[in-house]
Formats: sequence, structure tokens, C-alpha cells
Amino acid sequence: MSDTQTKLWTFPGGLHLPEHKDISTNQNIGNVFIPAKLVLPLQQHIGESSELLVKTGDTVLKGQLIAKANGYVSVPLHAPTSGTITSIEEQAVPHPSGLSATCITIETDQKDEWVDIDKPADYKIMDPSALRNRIREAGIVGLGGAGFPTFIKLNPGERTVIDELIINAAECEPYITCDDLLMREYASDVIQGIQIMQHALQAKRCIIGIEDNKQNAYLALQQAQKESNATTIEVTSIPTIYPTGGEKQLIKVLTGKESPSQGLPLDIGVVCQNVGTAVAISHALLNGKPLISRIVTVTGNGIKQPRNHEVLIGTPINELIEHCGGYDNNVQQLIMGGPMMGFNLLSDQVPVIKTTNCLLALNENDSSSAMPCIRCGACMDVCPVKLLPQQLYWHAYAKDFDKIQDYNLFDCIECGCCTYVCPSQIPLVQYYRFAKTEIWAQERDKIKSDHARERHEFRIERLELEKQEREERMRKKKAALQKNKQKADPKKDAIAEALARVKSKQKNSVVESKNTENLTKEQQQKIEEIDSRREKQSPALNKKNDNPNESDKNNLTE
Amino acid sequence: MLTAIITMCILAAIFGLVLGFIAIKFRIEGDPVVDKIDALLPQTQCGQCTYPGCRPYATAIAKGEADINQCPPGGEATIDALADLLGVDSKPLNPENGIEEDVKTVVIIDEEICIGCTLCIQACPVDAILGAAKQMHTIITDECTGCDLCIPPCPVECIYIVPIKDEVSTWKWPSPQAPQMSVKIQQKSAGAQ
Repeated sequence: MSDTQTKLWTFPGGLHLPEHKDISTNQNIGNVFIPAKLVLPLQQHIGESSELLVKTGDTVLKGQLIAKANGYVSVPLHAPTSGTITSIEEQAVPHPSGLSATCITIETDQKDEWVDIDKPADYKIMDPSALRNRIREAGIVGLGGAGFPTFIKLNPGERTVIDELIINAAECEPYITCDDLLMREYASDVIQGIQIMQHALQAKRCIIGIEDNKQNAYLALQQAQKESNATTIEVTSIPTIYPTGGEKQLIKVLTGKESPSQGLPLDIGVVCQNVGTAVAISHALLNGKPLISRIVTVTGNGIKQPRNHEVLIGTPINELIEHCGGYDNNVQQLIMGGPMMGFNLLSDQVPVIKTTNCLLALNENDSSSAMPCIRCGACMDVCPVKLLPQQLYWHAYAKDFDKIQDYNLFDCIECGCCTYVCPSQIPLVQYYRFAKTEIWAQERDKIKSDHARERHEFRIERLELEKQEREERMRKKKAALQKNKQKADPKKDAIAEALARVKSKQKNSVVESKNTENLTKEQQQKIEEIDSRREKQSPALNKKNDNPNESDKNNLTE
Repeated sequence: MLTAIITMCILAAIFGLVLGFIAIKFRIEGDPVVDKIDALLPQTQCGQCTYPGCRPYATAIAKGEADINQCPPGGEATIDALADLLGVDSKPLNPENGIEEDVKTVVIIDEEICIGCTLCIQACPVDAILGAAKQMHTIITDECTGCDLCIPPCPVECIYIVPIKDEVSTWKWPSPQAPQMSVKIQQKSAGAQ
């Protein structure tokens, strides 16, 4: 099947770039060397960082699990060689920011002693989900550069039917040759890995897309495909145009299908995997080896002996470069990845991670300052996604992040074609990266502020509730007091009654004197006189006058 | 003439009924403008706008009592968003309310010094401080909005402002340097602008 010329499509835009690939393809892949120490960041993939399983002082064997997957979008991490864990701390990681993250440092013992490895699995009788699990446990992520956990891409969901598995062997960026050499030397592993993935996806057809500048790799794969009699796999040579190696561009070229805007290839029944990932899967399933090393291209005119090397994950980059004869004297910059999509490393004291495909040291430094946009439209002509780079630039420049999304910023694959052709040397991609991260930050802030609002509103509600409760309690207390008062009333009444009785008795005590009837006027006058005098003399006397009879007597006697 | 008047009256009655029905049936609870404004505010609940929280400020803006440039934590971005929403001109932040900080901060409590007075707990607008009377307090940094309202009430000054550390996952690409012409022309164009 591979002999038949498959129909090819094209994608818009793109560039023919100087390749610079022959610098590093003269020699075969250099063997693994064990550096004195390995530094393993817990996060080497897209998603949640792995969860630590070891502590300082532990001895580990090669292939031993040292960090497990944390959540769904995560993979475990294995010790690349045997040794002792000397520290678990923040260290600089290969990232454009130059920031630090938690890393495990292993002091190697040079014995390279394997842990008991998993038995080779017969994938043909395995359930696809068990197969995916096995791939996950081996810590395999996309080795093309993005580092997305492979097992997720191999899980299309029950309803989705995968028509084609596309293997990305285009390697379209200048300088990078690690996949080229990998295909030449591990062709049969590539085919085996693909067959495993086909089984996991239940995909009937697989197309390997290789750019026509890698003739040796193409022939090697064809040979391997014939030998293994894998009739469902097609090895296809495609024209060398940058960025054919972009996932969506490659799918378009090989199948004519276009991935939806901001969608996944999965939406059109296609899964795309890197050729290096295929080899890692084959090693994991057939040899039981987890992902502990990868092939890295060390190249550029700033390197004395450019070559591809198989490198243990965690190898410090400065040691790897030392291993390649060191830097040229005039070296200006060190890039991780290719010249188009890679990023400048701020230091070479960082480790190789699972996604490090290339280290590019260059003697020249493009420090030319940008000039104003002249609206030539060259960027638009080369954009492989048919975006309007100029419009995106204006809106990114003005920080108008709503508008820039109207121009489909998030469909930009950051291939760098627009920056490459810009006659004003405007760093366009850097503007898009700035806008993207800024928008993500805004989204994070929005989530955080919504959360804060919720908490604030809840607090207000809680305080209101507490206030109400307190008022309710006070009201109840008052009511209870009132009730108690009412209960106490009979006693008080009794007292009051008694008091009233006494008072009335007192009043009654001033009873009318006896023998006052039939008094003469004279006598009556006398009595009144005495009474008035007595009252004048002392009103208290009246009160003392308890005995009415006596007073009567007195009255009378007087 | 009479027919026309009657027709108009009947139509007016019908439309009146329809509108009345809609007004009851599709009644909107609360003020949607306040909600929209509130959604743009940073929810630090810091009170630097002179209102006791973001929602009261949003209400004041909706009523026209407050200006849109009184929110220092939101800064320029929030002012622009508010201006966009309300159809008014953007303006610089009112310096009376404070200045926009470049680095976002949270607070931490020095637990050695804390005496457990609970004053900061009462001040925190988002319940981000954990503790009890005469027990050491601590800040749930993930919930802290950086409003710094807990700092003034602390009697032993054990609360410190610390900047939020940049992490790989939250790092932002810097904005590239603006394109420049040669110095001479640049001065000219600057003058023209």
C-alpha cells in the first residue's frame, strides 16, 4: 500500500526555510551517558504536576516510580537511573520565564541498576482501556514538544470513531533532526508503536507523514513496514513546507480534513501522534521500560560537535553540551526547541525534560529592534491558519483583549511564519503569546473574583443571620423575663393587698368618736377647737393615735 | 372619526394589557446594571473606593453617585471595562482612592506573635482568616484577596503583606517593546501625536 502515491492536499501559507539539518545528521545517535546528578521537575507535561512518592535520602533504582499522576490530566515520573535522592526543592526549570519549580535531584551511582520491570504485554489481547493505563503508567507524553499526556489522546470516547491515526514525522522546523535519526535507527519500533496505538484507538488506517527532505528515514520506515507486513500503515512522503509538522496542517495535507476552529482533530475523527511517542509506547509495552530517556538534537553553529544523543530525562543541559564538546567561543544564545517555535533559555543550568527535542546554540543574535508596521500584508500571506496577523498585532499592542479574540487569537499555532517574513521585524508571535497569557490570567482572575464575591456575600449573609439569631435570643430572653414577672405577681399582690388592708385599717382607725350625739353647740365648738389645735400642733400625733377609744376619752375628758 | 377613536382606544387597551402582563410575567429581580458592574469589579472588598465593598460601589456607580475611577485594585483595566460597559470616557485612577499596585499581594500572619484577639477575623471581608479567641490565627492564602483590611485592627502588628510569587503555570509573557523608528523621526511623530 505504501507504494501507491496517496493523494495529498495543501494548507494555506507556509514557508520554505533554510533547513540547517545536515549539521546534526552526519553521525548516528549518541549513546546514553550518566551524569553525576539528574534534576527531575515534577511537571514535565501539560496538566497537573505529578505527586511525590519519595523523600530525601531514599535510594532509587532505574525505572522506579518516584512521582505518581495527580488527577486525570497527569502522568507519573520514573527515576532515569539508580542513585540516591539528595534534595527535593525549587530549582530552575527549562521555561521561557526562567522561574523555578519543585524538582527531585538524584545523585547517580553509575550502576544503572534496573528495578523489576513490567512484563512485556501482549497488546493484541489487551482491552484498549488497559492498554491506555499501561501507557499512562509508563509516563508517556507527546514527545513532539507540547507534552500532552498520550493516554488521553488515545481515548477518543466510546462514541467517536477514529478513521485515521496520523503519525507526525514531518519534523518541519529547521535544525531539529531527532525524529529523523530516530526513524532511521528505530524504524521497527515505530511500526510496533503504531500498531499498539491503532489497537488502543481501534483505528483502521494509519498514515505516517514524512517530509521529503528525510529520504533515509522514509526508506527505513518503508522497509520496516514491509517487513512487519503492516498493511494498514501507509508511509507517505510530503512536500517540505514549514509548518507541515503542525498537527492540524499535517492532517490537512494527508487527509484533506480541516480541524474546526479551537477544536481538536478528534472532532473530525483523527488522532495525531508524534513518531517519538510511538517508539516510547513500543518500549513501554514490549520491553516494559517507562519513559526515562529521549533523543535530543544538540545543534547550531554555537556547538562544537553537533549531534543527536539519547539523553536521560533530568540530565543538566550544561553537562549535555559539555558532552558535545562544549560551546563555540562566539555563542550568543541557547534555544530550547527550534528557531521558529522554541524559546531562549536564560540559563543552561536546567535539566532536559520529556519535551526537550532540541537544544540550539547560535552565534548570531537577532537583536534588531522592531520598526513600525507598514501594512504590507506579508504576514497574512504566510499564515497557515488564515488569520490576520496584522490585526492581531494591533489589538495585542492596544491590549484590546476582547477584540483580539474576535480575530481568533486562540487558533494561532505560534509557528512564527509572520515574524519571519515581517519586513519591520516586529516580534509578532511574542505579541500573541503576551495576549494569550494575559487573557488566561484575566480568566483566572475572574474565577478568583467570582469566588471572592461568593465568599463575601456568604459572609454578609452569615453576619445577618447571626444578628437575627442574637436578636431572636434577646427577644426570647425578654419574653421569659416577662413571664417570670407574671409568675411572681401573686406574691406581690398579696403584699400589696396586705398593705392596702393596713392602710384601710389606718383610715378606719379615725372612726367617729362615740358619745358625740346630742352634744351642745358649746361642746361641739370645743371639740372642733381642740381638734384643730391638735392638728396644728402635730399632724404626726394623729398617726400615733392608734387607739381610737383613748383619743375619744381624751377628747371627752378635755 | 368615532370609529377611528374607538379603534385606537381598543388597541391602546389591548397593548396596555399585553405590556402589563409582560411586565409582571418577565419581571427582572434586582438591578441588572448593578450586577454587570459588580461582575467587572475585582471583588477584593477592600473599601478603597470609599464604599463598604464592591457591590455597594457598583450600586453607587449605577445610581450615578460614584465615578468609575475609584477602584485601585482593578486599576486601568477595570476602569476601561467600566467605561466600555457604561458608554463613558475612560479616565485615570483617582489618586485619592489609592494607586494601582503592579504586584498582587496577600497577607500572612506571624503566628509566633499573634495573640489570638480575633480582630482581624472580624475585619476580613471574605472569611479568609482562620482562628478562635486566644488561639493562633492563620490566613488561608488561596482565599485572601489582598485587601489589607486586617492590618489596621491588629494590635500586635503581626500581619505582613507579601507579594504573590510568580509560578511557571501563571507566568505571563511580557509585552514586547513597542516598535520604534530612528530617534529623530520618533520625536517628530511623538510631536504629531
